Amino acid sequence: MNFKDLDMQLLDTISDLKGIPKQGAINIRRDGQAIVQKSSPNIEVKSKTDKPGLTVIVKAGTKDEIVHVPVILTQAGYKDRVYNSFIIGENADVTIIAGCGIHNDSHGDSSHEGIHEITVKKGARIKYVEKHYGQGEGAGKRIFTPSTLINIESEASAEMEMVQIKGVDDTVRSTVAHIHEQASLKIIERLLTHGNQKAESAIEISIEGKGGSGQILSRSVAKDDSVQIFKASLLGKTECIGHVECDSIIMGNARIKSTPELVAENADAVLTHEAAIGKIAGEQLIKLMSLGLTEKEAIDTILDSFLN
Amino acid sequence: MLKLENISMTVNGNNGENREILRGINLEFVPGKLYAITGPNGGGKTSIAKIIMGIYQHVSGHIFLNGEEISGLNITERARRGIVYAFQHPPRFKGLTVGNLVRIANPDIDNLILRSTLRNVGLCPEDYLDRDVGPGLSGGEIKRVEVAQVLARDALITIFDEPEAGVDLWTIQKLIGIIAEKYLSNPDSIGIVITHNENMLHICDEIILIDEGSVKAIGNAEEIWPLIRDDMECKMKEQCRGEVVYEL
Repeated sequence: MNFKDLDMQLLDTISDLKGIPKQGAINIRRDGQAIVQKSSPNIEVKSKTDKPGLTVIVKAGTKDEIVHVPVILTQAGYKDRVYNSFIIGENADVTIIAGCGIHNDSHGDSSHEGIHEITVKKGARIKYVEKHYGQGEGAGKRIFTPSTLINIESEASAEMEMVQIKGVDDTVRSTVAHIHEQASLKIIERLLTHGNQKAESAIEISIEGKGGSGQILSRSVAKDDSVQIFKASLLGKTECIGHVECDSIIMGNARIKSTPELVAENADAVLTHEAAIGKIAGEQLIKLMSLGLTEKEAIDTILDSFLN
Repeated sequence: MLKLENISMTVNGNNGENREILRGINLEFVPGKLYAITGPNGGGKTSIAKIIMGIYQHVSGHIFLNGEEISGLNITERARRGIVYAFQHPPRFKGLTVGNLVRIANPDIDNLILRSTLRNVGLCPEDYLDRDVGPGLSGGEIKRVEVAQVLARDALITIFDEPEAGVDLWTIQKLIGIIAEKYLSNPDSIGIVITHNENMLHICDEIILIDEGSVKAIGNAEEIWPLIRDDMECKMKEQCRGEVVYEL
């Protein structure tokens, strides 16, 4: 497969891929087509037959393997919808690198709708990383509407890192999680919006098994005239621990609405939340400028650190 | 040499009237010497430091650094000319690690020196290098990170604003030793410490007593300490309606 420079640049940005890895399972989807698809001895990657998308099956006990499943859209005004299923076998320990990069130079909108279903079987661990990025000079929008359903079986754990780097005009993200006995989930969401961009994210974690734990950490920066809407919801149905933390920096004429929600249905559910929205503190800028940074360098340093 | 010439500063008071918080300050600081600025709270010590750093602008008078007038320069420009200021109440930064903050202060710092600088202020590098300068650190830890940054910067003029505040006694003694070693008789730098700490005052070459916005006295520790001691006792009496609650 010949890759264009543009493809490689997008792949590098969203998944740190400098080329096609010689080992490990991978699927690269470009403009609706799987242009690279490879399984490994422990991880099977296959296209769905009834609808666009993938099924990734990780064998029980698989350790320290990485699956790359990036998506890139380079065709002007392309609208992509994909259904991906991930089944992580018992006691496996793997990393999934997903993500999507859109290059749109046209006047038509380009969009990616990723519908993911993840099952983490008993005792398994996954790290799931999903980065979204948009670029191109066209007036057409770059739109993402990812939705993820994750089911974490007993004694399993998952860490999901969901990042919107930049250049995304509209995002509507939905994440729903079910956590069972002694299982845990940590969701880290990082988001940057600028210009007239709009981002909406709703995360619902339902802790259904005794001893389960769920954590949502959201950090965002809203610049210019952009708008962000967050809803982070934790439901504790049994003895469990849950925490929501939403932190945002607001700049320019941006608007942010942040709604943490806790619902306890059991007296032994311990659920907490923190939410803060504020601008960059003047004393932070002064501090960094007193170390030799310009005001712009100080702002960039504060924002980069906050989001990374 | 750093020279402050006839520095005055007026602010809007709570009652809407202008209030002069510094008037006619004339001071000279020469390399190789360690200076203390001391005096009662609210007397103008921190204002002088912030004027030198460029944090407070729009003051009357002139500031010269090695003959160049720097009164019109902003904070960044003054920092790049070799002035650094350790804040009395340093800000926190979510996501910025201790190691990276010290590297901002000195991008060329060697890893070994970075680690020894942290150790010198009582921070174990193993525990602190990758920790956020955020809400997870106590006030004392933040203060030590602040001191570590300015020590790492190795500037021409270093101003410490009450480095002892919020720091445990063991670290204060260590800090006094480090400041003495780094700034006493160092021909390449000027150290200025705003302090109420007697031990700190005793290591300084020259002590400047500031009160009510003016320089009240300049001298060595033996000359100045009795003046401060009396004043401190007086303040105590005021706070407890004339009764001395404990002896200094």
